[in-house]
Amino acid sequence: MKELIAVEEKRFTDKVVLVTGTTSGIGRTTAAAFAREGARVVTAARREKLGESLVEEITEAGGDACFIKTDIRNPDDVDSLFNQIFERYDRLDIAFNNGGVSHPHIPTVAKTTVEEWDEVIETNARGTWLCMKHEINRMLKQGGGIIVNTSSILGFTADYGLSHYCASKHAILALTRTAALEYAPKNIRINAVCPGPIQTEILERAAKYIPNMYDMVIANTAMKRIGDTDEISGIVLWLCSDEASYMIGKEISVDGGQSI
Amino acid sequence: MNARRFDDKVVLVTGGNSGIGRATAIAFAAEGASVVIAARRENLGADVVDEITGRDGKAEFIRTDVTEPGQVEALFAAIGERYGRLNHAFNNAGTGVPLRRLANTTMEEWTAVMNTNLRGTWLCMKYEIPMIRKEGGGSIVNNSSVMGLRCNDGLSLYSASKHAILGLTRAAALEVAHRKVRVNAVCPGFVDTDMARKIFDHNPAAKDAILASVPLGRLAKPEEIAGAVLMLCSDAATFMTGKEIVIAGGQGIRP
Repeated sequence: MKELIAVEEKRFTDKVVLVTGTTSGIGRTTAAAFAREGARVVTAARREKLGESLVEEITEAGGDACFIKTDIRNPDDVDSLFNQIFERYDRLDIAFNNGGVSHPHIPTVAKTTVEEWDEVIETNARGTWLCMKHEINRMLKQGGGIIVNTSSILGFTADYGLSHYCASKHAILALTRTAALEYAPKNIRINAVCPGPIQTEILERAAKYIPNMYDMVIANTAMKRIGDTDEISGIVLWLCSDEASYMIGKEISVDGGQSI
Repeated sequence: MNARRFDDKVVLVTGGNSGIGRATAIAFAAEGASVVIAARRENLGADVVDEITGRDGKAEFIRTDVTEPGQVEALFAAIGERYGRLNHAFNNAGTGVPLRRLANTTMEEWTAVMNTNLRGTWLCMKYEIPMIRKEGGGSIVNNSSVMGLRCNDGLSLYSASKHAILGLTRAAALEVAHRKVRVNAVCPGFVDTDMARKIFDHNPAAKDAILASVPLGRLAKPEEIAGAVLMLCSDAATFMTGKEIVIAGGQGIRP
């Protein structure tokens, strides 16, 4: 059976992988998962202490990671992030654009302030676009690469009080699809993951503002539970693996059946 | 990762004697599963079993026409008898039709496409769900198509059957999620299979037109679909149900 077995103990050995938004939740779990499979992981996020603690965890487990403090809302920070990556590794094989924010309180469209709007759109949508721009330019030079963006099931549905978040996540799917078309001939594969209710800081913070939030979410999720971050990271790694070689411009929704 | 995710699992692959089904059966067997291949053409089925057992994998062929309810019943009775259980199923058996506009399609074509693609999938799911439930959970993957989400000139019946498969996938997923049975679909684009070759043989110009509509500029290899099916049955997809993975080289992104 030997020649049949796809032995891929470590699918990402020596790959240089960027993960943004690594101080918590999905980004943190995914960065650790890439490191376990042999990648050299660049983690980028705003909160230095949490970012460094992940790097410690990874290196203690024998993995390879570094942290570069970055606010993807700030173009200079993003410039500096990529300069440092290219200086250090001179390449970028895979990028998981996952950095994103939401607001714990949920303003209706008419009550959303410009500050709230700008924070969410500039971080989630513009931040993703800006990172993609740097990533694609580099991947074009090296002859290919793989990008996965974090959208959401709110990238194709909507919910009360989340207009800015929904708009930003819809926009991320549009960026994913357009860029996938544009760079398919250049060997750059671009897809998205659309998580549903996952146990993250965003959800925990929302629960403080919305009474019975967990009960409500669980009630309208077919699996009757909240998902774990490693139930997303496995999908992200698969999208970045050779098994997904014919998949571009698409999203995988992982939501326990919430959006059916 | 990925070394042997399906040791000791019993997996059914319908239409497992050619194309995507064949590649998926081989891939499951390579990762330790006992694979039941259910399809019509006996000689092709025997070839796949030989290929798998020749490399110490476990597989058997049970001749089944999914359009015949009696044969589907017998298939699951045989699985129950021989293995005592079923862990995962890939409902893949399907048929195409000649390109023909709706007004020119015939009752025979409707019946052939719907009975194989749609009724066959439904009927298999009907038997699979209680068996997989009994094992405390597992995964069903249905083979829809890019044509399950989009349509194309001359493919009305095929598209209707593949759209309906997504409807079944979503409805069943809702019903059995709390039983830990996950139901998802794959939506392949143009794959290098007998079905595609038949279309191209009839209409050589179609191949260029089709490739022009695929941003990646090539057909998929059957293995590029099989990988997604295995992932959906693996522990990587434990929070995923009622959804489809579209593997189409970018086809269908543009309006």
